[in-house]
Amino acid sequence: MQKGKLTGLRATEKQYVGFATLPNQVHRKSVKKGFDFTLMVAGESGMGKSTLVNSLFLTDLYKDRKLLNAEERINQTVEIIKHTVDIEEKGVKLKLTIVDTPGFGDAVNNNECWKPITDYIDQQFEQYFRDESGLNRKNIQDNRVHCCLYFIPPFGHGLRPVDVEFMKALHEKVNIIPLIAKADCLTPNEIKKLKDRIREEIDKFGIKVYQFPECDSDEDEEFKQLDKELKECTPFAVIGSNTVVEARGQRVRGRLYPWGIVEGKFTNKFLCSVENQSHCDFVKLRNMLIRSHMHDLKDVTCDVHYENYRAQCIQEMTSKLAQDNRMESPIPILPLSTPDVDTEKLIKMKDEELKRMQEMLNKMQQQMHDKEQ
Amino acid sequence: MHDQNCCAANSSHNSSGGSTLLGYIGIDTIIEQMRKKTMKTGFDFNIMVVGHSGLGKSTLVNTLFKSHVSRKSAGWARDEKIPKTVEIKAVSHVIEEGGVKMKLTVVDTPGFGDQINNDNCWEPISKYINEQYEKFLKEEVNITRKKRIPDTRVHCCIYFISPTGHFLRQLDTEFMKRLSHSVNIIPVIAKADTMTLEERQEFKQRVRKELEVSGIEFYPQKEFDEDMEDKSDNDKIREAMPFAVVGSDKEYQVNGKRVLGRKTAWGIVEVENPNHCEFAQLRDFLIRSHLQDLKEVTHNIHYETYRAKRLNENGGLHPISSSDTQESNL
Repeated sequence: MQKGKLTGLRATEKQYVGFATLPNQVHRKSVKKGFDFTLMVAGESGMGKSTLVNSLFLTDLYKDRKLLNAEERINQTVEIIKHTVDIEEKGVKLKLTIVDTPGFGDAVNNNECWKPITDYIDQQFEQYFRDESGLNRKNIQDNRVHCCLYFIPPFGHGLRPVDVEFMKALHEKVNIIPLIAKADCLTPNEIKKLKDRIREEIDKFGIKVYQFPECDSDEDEEFKQLDKELKECTPFAVIGSNTVVEARGQRVRGRLYPWGIVEGKFTNKFLCSVENQSHCDFVKLRNMLIRSHMHDLKDVTCDVHYENYRAQCIQEMTSKLAQDNRMESPIPILPLSTPDVDTEKLIKMKDEELKRMQEMLNKMQQQMHDKEQ
Repeated sequence: MHDQNCCAANSSHNSSGGSTLLGYIGIDTIIEQMRKKTMKTGFDFNIMVVGHSGLGKSTLVNTLFKSHVSRKSAGWARDEKIPKTVEIKAVSHVIEEGGVKMKLTVVDTPGFGDQINNDNCWEPISKYINEQYEKFLKEEVNITRKKRIPDTRVHCCIYFISPTGHFLRQLDTEFMKRLSHSVNIIPVIAKADTMTLEERQEFKQRVRKELEVSGIEFYPQKEFDEDMEDKSDNDKIREAMPFAVVGSDKEYQVNGKRVLGRKTAWGIVEVENPNHCEFAQLRDFLIRSHLQDLKEVTHNIHYETYRAKRLNENGGLHPISSSDTQESNL
């Protein structure tokens, strides 16, 4: 156990106990342990999802990706592909998992094309649920999806039916952050109109996207102002880039177009820079996702989405029990692929417990029945 | 101006099978006469636009014809529902330039590709195209025919490809495969300002390859090239297709000139600047050089194919009198 260092206070001060250093201790432990974060990206092909992920995390996760040709794509269904990368910055380790969903929305008939995605999210919850209820809880792997970036095409006039249906199918399972993709093709006016429209439609259809938590009242004004701006800016209009361009002696991540405002003095005429806040909301998204709200996203996933799932699961199990009194042992609700020995033992234990509970229930019911008579 | 009284001796030449001209007759003035007549009667042109909402179809048509011939949709209004099937909306305007009148009909197809399940969303479009052929056929077959049969047949269908930068979407190939044999399809890459020039070239290459692999013959179709000159002209155009276009109806000041363009936070995309996009190429191709050819291919080939099919179906068409305008026994 590491002891916290007493900074600037004499150890002989009677009132001072020393637990004010707790945040430091937590910090140090977390840094040692490292963090993990699972981010899902969803949207049709060609929305710039991979490019945005690369830009956000300054990596090239998709170096060896091959785009399928027409023949290969004919029978394509929605797949779930995971990429994991370990990033370290200033001693802090992050295990980042990106869950990709190629094939979403690309077919002619996209009925229920989100089902593989909702199934995947549920599976991760289920796995965590079992691990949590298990005996060996020291090294639980948290593969739950903490956040889903949903890419809305900039070409439309707002949300399309597939956008609405997707978000409604997922808004109670994962934190959804809708983004306007490829925002560099829109004029500032168009962006504003589109954002207003999308916000309106999100309200209208009752879609619960991720809400930024309210500022504490004791935060300083500047922070509150930034927070307000952030909230008014959603959905973020983003662009990403895999290329770094030389501009004004600096290396800038951006996209080079042959047209630019020809205005005498300044040199970055043709550059649409990813990091330029007047060009797009990439910086806001990155700051929000990584620098300020990563932890909150994980909390909401654990406290809200996962708990909802867990409560639902348990409810289903007990209600099924009540129905099937005759059954020797209850059937597990979700099928396991290959249950290992530990899990088998666990299931058996739980079954015995549930059986005992059921017997007690029956006894009680019988007692009540006798009383009435 | 042609001087009809000019007796140029060197205008005579001996063409095979013809007789030697001893003086100037004036046969070549027929071109002038035709021109005058065309100007007086004006002509029809029917253009259909197909593609997902928001790809700039109406804006492009307005930009092409430099007038507000197509009403821009602002998307679906709050209480309006997206139609369950594709609608067909045809709007006509008469525009005039240099004494020539054109009755331009723009056929819009709202709802195409907007549903979650887009199976068979091309059927209303296919049906509309065939209905126009049928209308024309009925008129043609009448005993007392109108002097100039009103031509509502679709001469050209511009298909808007989403600039995803990767590949054609499944819906794109399905549509073009099914309709390229009944109408002239001109694919364009919409909203091309989404892509940088390199991305555009790569995307174009991939799209062309896919079109080839899928056997989609877009206009100008190779099989209808009449002679070597046609072929070489059209080859050049085919190489450059699909054109990557940007449309706009707003003007900005650039370098002292007023240009049509789109102003984003870092630059102005000039619609008619060939370094920015291929709108000018599309316009020249569609309007300035191949407008008449589009009509001819529609009439001589697509319509004839339809007509032959119909004739073979019922063992012959029966001419109907003009009073019998209801269901004919075709």
